[in-house]
Amino acid sequence: MKNEDVKPPAASYKSQRINQGALYSWPMGVWFIIFFIAPIVIITIYSFLKKGLYGGVEPIFSFRAYEQMSNPKYGILVIRTLRIAVISTLITILLALPCGYAMARSKNQTLLLFLVIIPFWTNSLIRIFAWMSILNNDGILNQILLSLHITKNYIQFLYNQGTVILVSIYMYLPYAILPIFTSIDKFDFSLLEAARDLGANKPQSMFKVLIPGIKSGIITAVIFTFIPVFGAYTVPLLVGGKDSYMLGNIIVDEVQKTRNWPLAAAFSMVITLASIIGILWISRANTSDAKMKAVSTKEENYVTEAQK
Amino acid sequence: MRFYQLLPRLLELKGSQVTIEHVSKKFGDYTALDNINITIQPGEFFSLLGPSGCGKTTLLRIIAGFEFPDDGAVLFDNTNVIPFPPDKRHSNTVFQTYALFPHLTVYENVAFPLRLKKLDKKIIDEKVRYYIHLVQLDEHINKKPNQLSGGQKQRVAIARALINEPKVLLLDEPLSALDAKLRANLLIDLDNLHDKIGITFIYVTHDQSEALSVSDHIAVMNAGHVLQIGTPFEIYESPATQFVAQFIGETNLFEAQVVDCVPHEANGKPPDYMVTLSVPGLGKQAPLASDTEATLNLDRYMQVTDYVHTSKDQKVAFAVRPEKIRITKDPPETGGRTDINVFSGIVEEPVYSGFQSKFYVRLETGALIKVFKQHTDYLDNGPVIQWKDTVYISWSADDGYIVEDIEK
Repeated sequence: MKNEDVKPPAASYKSQRINQGALYSWPMGVWFIIFFIAPIVIITIYSFLKKGLYGGVEPIFSFRAYEQMSNPKYGILVIRTLRIAVISTLITILLALPCGYAMARSKNQTLLLFLVIIPFWTNSLIRIFAWMSILNNDGILNQILLSLHITKNYIQFLYNQGTVILVSIYMYLPYAILPIFTSIDKFDFSLLEAARDLGANKPQSMFKVLIPGIKSGIITAVIFTFIPVFGAYTVPLLVGGKDSYMLGNIIVDEVQKTRNWPLAAAFSMVITLASIIGILWISRANTSDAKMKAVSTKEENYVTEAQK
Repeated sequence: MRFYQLLPRLLELKGSQVTIEHVSKKFGDYTALDNINITIQPGEFFSLLGPSGCGKTTLLRIIAGFEFPDDGAVLFDNTNVIPFPPDKRHSNTVFQTYALFPHLTVYENVAFPLRLKKLDKKIIDEKVRYYIHLVQLDEHINKKPNQLSGGQKQRVAIARALINEPKVLLLDEPLSALDAKLRANLLIDLDNLHDKIGITFIYVTHDQSEALSVSDHIAVMNAGHVLQIGTPFEIYESPATQFVAQFIGETNLFEAQVVDCVPHEANGKPPDYMVTLSVPGLGKQAPLASDTEATLNLDRYMQVTDYVHTSKDQKVAFAVRPEKIRITKDPPETGGRTDINVFSGIVEEPVYSGFQSKFYVRLETGALIKVFKQHTDYLDNGPVIQWKDTVYISWSADDGYIVEDIEK
């Protein structure tokens, strides 16, 4: 038909492409809906329902779960969880920065990268048990201390907040090292030379040029560490004590023991919210980073500018 | 308005004398610099010129303090600066890749050195604005580097390097990332900036025309050695080695053997010697216009004047620049001179490029001679000399040049 002939070919090509894109991406969409959106929707709905007598929920709208959450005993728990997460994240980043720097500047980059990745090959539970066997009352550490006569009695290393922080750092250090390493690897080291040349000493050049230059990598590392520690369950359960009962543990307890599902759902919402805020922060940092690195294609006509 | 025009009220800065003494540097087994000795006068525009990998950038990095020499010293006004880190030296660098801090604006980039010194905010502001005005970037003061074009970035880098008021400004191929027109303009700006502020400029480049056009002195480097230090004129007109002769400009280079070397009586002033050469690569000479059958002597040798005496049978490298060769379709008129060298060949490749033509002339011996002809007259019907024409090329004894002795 005539109409089809009139249509510019570029437009029809474009519309074709959009259709195809939607076509190809549906499996991903289904995946997202089943495993990401649906669970969040279910948890959100549950958190606004009335709790069932023997677990489960009754389909009656209620703010009861959120009212319960404002109880001071839960408030202490949230603050404690935050404290553990913040301290762990801080120490992890402080350890990851020199590690990432050393890796990026090393000649054996592949080997070091390999060493960082190796722990992922072992199940995290087994790695926690490994720590327990080190820190146990008759564990390796105590045995060494005793045989060197540094202490006379066993020292209780396990089952306290410090151990939770220690093991958390161990668990998430690779997640922090990798993004920091990547951004340092991409960093233009001539900028450090420029800073030195302009009068900065070594620490000044690091803090004023390197750290701002790898900001997006650091933010990613912070989120990658903070979110899992904030929602941690196994680590405080296995190596923590009474003083390290965290949000993750209370959710499990509310589901299994107290059988207050709406409250469990409400606590889950807190963790989900923290994660979403974190992810938004990462993506913002990455876009501003990409903007900074984008090369302006503007051509400058210096000749005419000079003749003005 | 060009940025240097703002300069008169600027700065009583003084350049340092920079002395490089016996500097050597090895990277593993690779010798980057081998016993370099250079003295750069205060306030000079000095170029380090050489092909990539010749060690010029390594030398600049040693002067700036980013590399340490294995041996030798770098003196700024008789003070050895080798023990000092880059931030303690009175030098600043303009980097090839600009090295502007991407997270800071133009203003903050230029203010960076002063903020490190923790100067008073008012003083910083005044100075920064002055230097940004100097490089004509007032309207871009709050932009990030990624919003600037290459030439603008380069000017920010220059402002940032100057704001510390260094005694030596080091420039590491600062123009190599820019396009040709912009490069030419910035080069003139740099030269004028140098004339106005009078600090020592050390300029690293692989572009011989850049170095020739702005430098007071040039050091030509290759493979970790300084081959020649001299004014642009000296380097071009009397290259010390075959490498320099070929690297600077274009040249026709031949191996030759000295047949005779006699005092040059004709003019009584230097050059003092008339050297007669046998140049196998050039073959027999062509007849001159004035030649008759009686005077025809095609076996006559090449003649060249020289400042020094060369002994007989010495093998030498002989060079003649393409622009000093005349190219004609008929045997050349010599006006009675006896020291004209004439050869005949066929134009293999004429290259017309507006202001001049390049001809590649193949001689009977197989040698290919480059000849540049400047078009000083209006060409009515296109270039006179065409492809496959038989031509005569000629030069006088004064235009040839004996580069160096060849050991054999």
